[in-house]
Order: sequence, then C-alpha cells, then structure tokens
Amino acid sequence: MGKTIVEKILSAHTDTDNLRVGDIIKARVDFAFANDITAPIAIKYFKESGARQVFDKKRVGLIPDHFAPNKDIKSAEQCKLLKEFAQEYEIENYFEIGKMGVEHALLPEKGLVLPGDVVVGADSHTDTSGALGAFAIGVGSTDFAAVMALGEVWLKVPSTIKFIYSGKLKKWVSGKDLILYTISKIGVDGANYKVMEFSGEVIKGLSMDSRFTICNMAIEAGAKTGIIEPDEITLEYIKGRAKRSFQIYNSDPDAHYEKIIEINVSKIEPQVAFPHLPENTKPISEAKGIKIDQSIIGSCTNGRIEDLRIAAEILKGQQVHSEVRLIIIPATQDIYLQAIREGLIEIFITAGGAVSTPTCGPCLGGYMGILAKGERAISTTNRNFVGRMGHPESEVYLASPAIAAASAILGRIASPEEVK
Amino acid sequence: MIIKGKVWKFKDNIDTDVIIPARYLNTSDPKELGLHCMEDYDSEFVKKINQGDIIVAGRNFGCGSSREHAPIALKAAGVSCIIAQSFARIFFRNAINIGLPIFESVEVVDQCSPGNILEVDTVQGVIKNLSKDKVYKTNLLPEFILKVISVGGLREYVKEELKRREKNV
Ligand code: SF4
Repeated sequence: MGKTIVEKILSAHTDTDNLRVGDIIKARVDFAFANDITAPIAIKYFKESGARQVFDKKRVGLIPDHFAPNKDIKSAEQCKLLKEFAQEYEIENYFEIGKMGVEHALLPEKGLVLPGDVVVGADSHTDTSGALGAFAIGVGSTDFAAVMALGEVWLKVPSTIKFIYSGKLKKWVSGKDLILYTISKIGVDGANYKVMEFSGEVIKGLSMDSRFTICNMAIEAGAKTGIIEPDEITLEYIKGRAKRSFQIYNSDPDAHYEKIIEINVSKIEPQVAFPHLPENTKPISEAKGIKIDQSIIGSCTNGRIEDLRIAAEILKGQQVHSEVRLIIIPATQDIYLQAIREGLIEIFITAGGAVSTPTCGPCLGGYMGILAKGERAISTTNRNFVGRMGHPESEVYLASPAIAAASAILGRIASPEEVK
Repeated sequence: MIIKGKVWKFKDNIDTDVIIPARYLNTSDPKELGLHCMEDYDSEFVKKINQGDIIVAGRNFGCGSSREHAPIALKAAGVSCIIAQSFARIFFRNAINIGLPIFESVEVVDQCSPGNILEVDTVQGVIKNLSKDKVYKTNLLPEFILKVISVGGLREYVKEELKRREKNV
C-alpha cells in the first residue's frame, strides 16, 4: 500500500522500518526553535541536563518575538536569557530586534525550514511550515530542551485526513476563509492528533503566503500539523532561500487516509469567526454590522506581503473610521521593507493606520493593541479565546486582511464590496 | 517495571482543569500540585487514593490546556499508571515526558470495575485484572519510551543519553 507524505518524511527520519500509524518513533530533527516565552524554561532544563553543546549550531533557532521589542522588565529579562544562551552556545540563528520577525513567518523566509524536514518548535503554530511540505510540530519546553541536546524527538506516527478543495474561489475569498470554513465544518477537535493534508486544484492555485495561512491554523482544529505537497510554487519560493539540501516527498495515489473530505469552494463567502472559538464561523453576510473598536492586520497567520497588499488595495484613498484603531504589523523585517518599497506603508499611514515593527504583540494580548473591557476587535490572527487580546470581557472576531481592512474603514464588520 | 494497584475509574473527556484546577497553577511544585489533584471532581480523591493506584478512564483523557502540571499532579498524588481508551495528544506527550506510564486499551477499560486490582507489566505491555482473572495484551511501548519512564522522565533520560553518547565516542 502507498504512503502519505507524512509517513514518507517520518520514515526517512527514523531507523524503524515499516512505520505504521500509532507507532511511537524517535525522529531526527532538521530544525528546532523556540521563542522568548518557551525558550527560557528549555534553556534551564538544557543546562541542567549536562549537555555541553546543542546538537547542531546551524539547526537551532531562537526568536524573541512574543513580547519583543521588550515590553517590560520581565520580558527584557527573558529576551536577555535567549541572547546570552545564543552567545554562549554559538547558536547562529538568533534574531535580534531589527532582524527579527514572527517565528513562523521568519523561518521559512530565511530558508531555515525546508520541504521534507522534520521541524520541531516550542510553539503551537509551528504547523505553519507544513505549507512547504515539511512535517512541523509544536511541542513543549521540555521537549525542545531534549531536542537541543539530542537532535531527536519522540512522536507517535499520526494518521492523516485529506482535504480536497475544488471549484472556483469568489472574489475576496482567501486562504484564511478556506481554513476558517474548514474548522467550522469539523470543529476545534475535528482533527485531534491527526495530520490535515490540504490538497486539490484550489490549493495548487494558491500562493505560498496563502498556504502558510492555511497550515498555520490546522492546530485550531486540534491537528498535530497541517501539510501541503510541494509543487512548482513551493520550489519557486525556496529558490534563493534554501541554505542546505532538501528532499521533496509526495503522497502516493493509493496512500491510506483516515478520512477524505471534499470541499467545493465555489459558494464559500469570506468568513468571520465569532467569539470565543475559531469554529464559530459565519459567512460575512451574517456578520455585517457588528461595531468594532480595533482592527489588527498581522501575526504568523496573516502578516505577509500578500496580506498587506490586499489591505492596501482596500485602504487606498480611504480613511480609517474615527472611532477605530487600525494596527498593522508586518510579520518580518523583510516584509516590512518590501511594503515600504511598494508604497503600502504610505497608504496605511495616510489612511490613519498605525504601523508597528514585527512582533506578536496584540495577537496573544501581549501589548501594542490591548482591548479594554467591552471592546471588540476584528483581527487577522488565529485565536479568539476569552481574553486572548486583553480584558476577559473583550471580544475578538477572526477574519482575512480584506475584511479587517474594510471593517476598519466602516467601523463595523464589513465586506470590501461595501467600501468601493 | 511491574505496577500493581487499585482502579479508580473515570468517564470520557476528563480535562486538565479537572485534573488540576487552574487556580493552583501558580506553582510547579509537584507536592503542592498533588494535593489538589482531581479536587473539583471528588474533593476526597487525594485522601482516598493510595500510592501506586491506577486510573482507568474513557476517551480523550487529559484534553484541554497543554500544561505539564496535569500529569505531574497525578503522579505526585500517587497515581502509578493511567489506562484510557484514548488520550488527548499533548497530555499523552506530557505524561511520558514526566515519566508516568500510560496505555491505551478499550478492552481493559470496558471490562474493569472500580476497585479492581490491576497488575501492569510496562515492559511486556501485559495488563492483568487480578480481581477478574483476565489478561490483556496492549501495544508494546518502544524501548526508549520505557527507558524514559523508568528513569523518571525525559529530562533524566536526556542526562543518561548524553552520558551514554559520551562514552561511545
Ligand atoms: S503571532 Fe500570535 S499565534 Fe503567531 S506565534 Fe505570535 S502569538 Fe503565536
């Protein structure tokens, strides 16, 4: 019987023959990383383990992005720990402010995670890199410490659910809408422990930026990870970025899937996830009119250049509503610079938006846009849990950059159609 | 490793907030956490359980937040092993990482009653229900997982593995 892409990647990274779903294996890790929240505990454990060096100085990443640029003294101390550890152990991929970006956007951009890799990150949205055809999973700090010391991770071989998307996308419907729609169909534990393999003609037609958005949110359906088979678009993205060799894997036509779910996209409208779960998704036609106080465009989900271009297209020549704070956060420095070169930042500022240096910031209620009691935000991020962006009685609605931009202009949740 | 203990039976979907309520997460001291284990489910649980007892539960044990505190609290309260129909993904990982043996078996769970005495051979993957005189075979845990469990968790395992590698160089 054939194998899925994930089974092939795992087979290539372990000494066990004949992998079966449910087997527990040790897998060699190609790249491991952590951030300013998860790395400090791991660093402590790593040092206690007696390890004298990390398994490979080129294959460990430390990215201060959550509360960096340091938002307070505590975060400053955490970030300092990362920096000192990186110096002491000569870790090459430490990203200081000014070179930094949100980890899941930064690592693919720098060519540090590649197709066919096993990637382990101490952050739940590590699944983002699955868009490159890598097996990328989020783990805890203890696991990350062990990977830094040994270069391997234990895991259970997961089964895969295949999603096949067909049809023609309506105007303004993006990767974000497809994944929100999918999560609403299967629920926040609909893929618990399993891999979500995204495929079909619609996925093949999407840019890398949109694919990252889709894989980013697989975890919001409980999945172990999301993955997309590499194709020409993937290779085009990798070109000039990859710093080492990599391997392309594809699923066999007769691979065994736990389930195959077919989704016709032709009728799907832009989606909005209502508080307080990503599965509470409704089409934009049922969400219009809800008053908002803030609009966030950014994060590892939707802070890439394509997202900023769409937002700029809608905001061009418009003014942000007088009672709305529009905050735009390019996910990496390269994206930021590109946006400046293309004139997007000028459009944002002229429209009355605030633009920030890359950071996770408001996405997890850190800083740079916290909600007061009773306030409501539309956001291109990935989680709308209670209190995620501030006060426990505030609300977050999740949507695409197009919806977030249109809503910022009209002061209420709105479709771009209403702006023009 | 042979584990023998009395069964405490739980239903499906026991979440990490039940295992250790969030109000106690301001500490990571196992002793402290152990004192409040399952408190909202049964306030007497910690008093009633004996060192070495075994939890038997339905589907999706340990769902909810990803905190390592949950298996730590169970282990510190005296739980020696958990057998469930299935585990939530992160709980499964965390339990192994802190050295708490866990097994998935629908059969064992279906056929055992509260208070039964189980004997678990973690190496052979054999579970005996001594009260009912039944023997079950579950999936063998791979050697290195057994090692992780026997040394007391992933952090200890890393230390030993590093020493072993050093000797082999
Ligand atoms: S942007 Fe948000 S979801 Fe992404 S890594 Fe940062 S905090 Fe997590």
